[in-house]
Amino acid sequence: MLNDDRVSQAMPELAGGTGPIIEVEGLIKRFPVSKNLFRKPTGFIHAVDDVSLTLARGESLGVVGESGCGKTTIGKLLVKLLDPDEGRIRVRFPASSNVDGDDILVDTASLKGTEMREFRRHAQMIFQDPYESMNPRRTIYDIVSEPLAVQKIGSVMDRVERVSETLTSVGLTPAADFLFRHPHELSGGQRQRVAIARALVIRPRFVVADEPTSMLDVSSRTGIMLLMQQLARDLGIAYLYVTHDLAVARYMCDRIAVMYLGKVVELAETEELLRNPLHPYTKALLSAVPVPDPGHRREPPNIRGDLTLTVNPPDRCRFYDRCPIANDHCRDNPHPETKESAPRHFVACYEA
Amino acid sequence: MTDSNVANGNMTSMPVLQVSDLSLTYQIRQGEVKAVQGVGFELARGQSLGLVGESGCGKSSVANCLMGLLPDNARVTGGRVLLGGEDILSLSEEDLRKYRWRRIAMVFQAAMNVLDPVYRVGQQIIEAIEAHGMETTDSKARQRVADLFRKVGLDPQLMDRYPHEFSGGMRQRAVIAMALSCEPDVIIADEPTTALDVIVQDRILREFKSIQMENDMAVIYISHDIAVVAEVTDLVAVMYAGHIVESGSTADVLTAPLHPYTAALMSSFPSVRGERRPLAALEGEPPNLVDPPGGCPFHPRCPAATDVCRTEPPPRAVRGDHWAACWHPLDETITPPAGMS
Repeated sequence: MLNDDRVSQAMPELAGGTGPIIEVEGLIKRFPVSKNLFRKPTGFIHAVDDVSLTLARGESLGVVGESGCGKTTIGKLLVKLLDPDEGRIRVRFPASSNVDGDDILVDTASLKGTEMREFRRHAQMIFQDPYESMNPRRTIYDIVSEPLAVQKIGSVMDRVERVSETLTSVGLTPAADFLFRHPHELSGGQRQRVAIARALVIRPRFVVADEPTSMLDVSSRTGIMLLMQQLARDLGIAYLYVTHDLAVARYMCDRIAVMYLGKVVELAETEELLRNPLHPYTKALLSAVPVPDPGHRREPPNIRGDLTLTVNPPDRCRFYDRCPIANDHCRDNPHPETKESAPRHFVACYEA
Repeated sequence: MTDSNVANGNMTSMPVLQVSDLSLTYQIRQGEVKAVQGVGFELARGQSLGLVGESGCGKSSVANCLMGLLPDNARVTGGRVLLGGEDILSLSEEDLRKYRWRRIAMVFQAAMNVLDPVYRVGQQIIEAIEAHGMETTDSKARQRVADLFRKVGLDPQLMDRYPHEFSGGMRQRAVIAMALSCEPDVIIADEPTTALDVIVQDRILREFKSIQMENDMAVIYISHDIAVVAEVTDLVAVMYAGHIVESGSTADVLTAPLHPYTAALMSSFPSVRGERRPLAALEGEPPNLVDPPGGCPFHPRCPAATDVCRTEPPPRAVRGDHWAACWHPLDETITPPAGMS
């Protein structure tokens, strides 16, 4: 059912088709916690707790929140580096097996063997740290061509050409100068470009980018952001962009989902979310972001206490302990349902 | 190289720190890296200075030099560093040890690497206090650490915990407590909050600011985060390729930059507030400092560069207390320096 020689056909596939390419429903991932290495788990951290999302073709969705909110876990679940405990992730596949050529929705839990490989071809990940995500002994060519080798795409000559093209498209020019260098010979920004090239060389439909710019210097950060925007436009790639930085998310994402302790507490189109935040956590997060304007006086964020990862959290609003506007109703009721407060603006809060 | 002074916002008080015409190099196999060239600034008590620039611009070299923590292959080739009137570049290793932490202290960026994982956090600070003769008995030193913990927003009961039991924010607070332990006149904060979440960052920066005011300390923030610098500093010095290329009050420099490099940094920086203006990437890489370009160090990347920029070192364009080393400052009212065609 697989056709591995689709190198030349890869591009047109991206153009057609409608509907979301990823649909996530009721996703749950818990990590066991135990007091002792050899004991049975005494409880669970709810890293991702009943999250539903969709991602349209070519869309960039930001997942924003503090460390420990579950944003990286969602990214790993979507590219199947982790498997969910509950819930369903469906991915729209280009159906080479399908006679009429329409894409089909596939539940990623059922993927095996060749289908799994096909899935990996379409779902890639870019990691945060370009210093640790590459084998220092391999050349740039080895690193970038590896997905092609795994997917058995093209001959060796094809691969050299494909890698060179991709290096050029990520701004590592002339590509021939980079092919046989090692990661340590490159700057942080150049390494992150290599990481992007490695993710894009097999022309995926969907990329999870986990804080791809947070380790970089100011100047190379902007270059990487602009490059990722341009590649998304040119290749129709959908991003799940995981970041703690709302200022970066503003530039990279069409929509933003704000997470707190495993829950998506607010989701809206980017400018709408920034102009009109509804959830008290989003408001606090927004008001904590430093502003590069010396004339701007920023109020301290209105939030109580510190973020603590709770084992077996009680069934009420996850933000209750830190919420400045929480009341008895919030204390006595389960975590609020997500409601659409304005068109395409979703929030999970009793008081919003 | 000309002597350079950051305009001092508070002329009435004597500067506690005066750096003038500081130059230093690192000897490496490929030659001599000219890491810092002719850097100068002054800082009074209670003032804060942001030292801003890309990695490799020399900002951390300046900090390490002030701390007397330069590696063996470094050599100070010129200039003076006066702290409370004393030239610290001429101090012996023995005297340096006494001066470090006592007169000038540093908050390092990787808090995990500063705290020794096998000692209790409080004990590590007690050792610093006793080594500098701040307290002579253990119980008094413990009392002092407890006070410091309270000051930085940590529960004193956490003193006897190990670093791995602390969260990132708590570790950074502990490192700040350590820097404060010997009541220094000057604190250098090297990217103190880059690894932290914004809400924790906001708290730590606010607390640190109020401690600075309370203790009347001078603070140097080393950062590439212009937004943080905009919020917490009075003065800014922008560094590029070992030189200070622009300097003045934070409000002047960041709202109306004179140097094209500062302007490029500003327009590459995203903000959550205001209009969503398009970002512009700064093209190219900083120069190789073994063989830095002639003329203005920024000319290979500068959109406004002309022939004179390639050959002649830039003059100082001055607007009040604010200056930039540039042949083509971003203010037409500044008359071109003599000799410019």
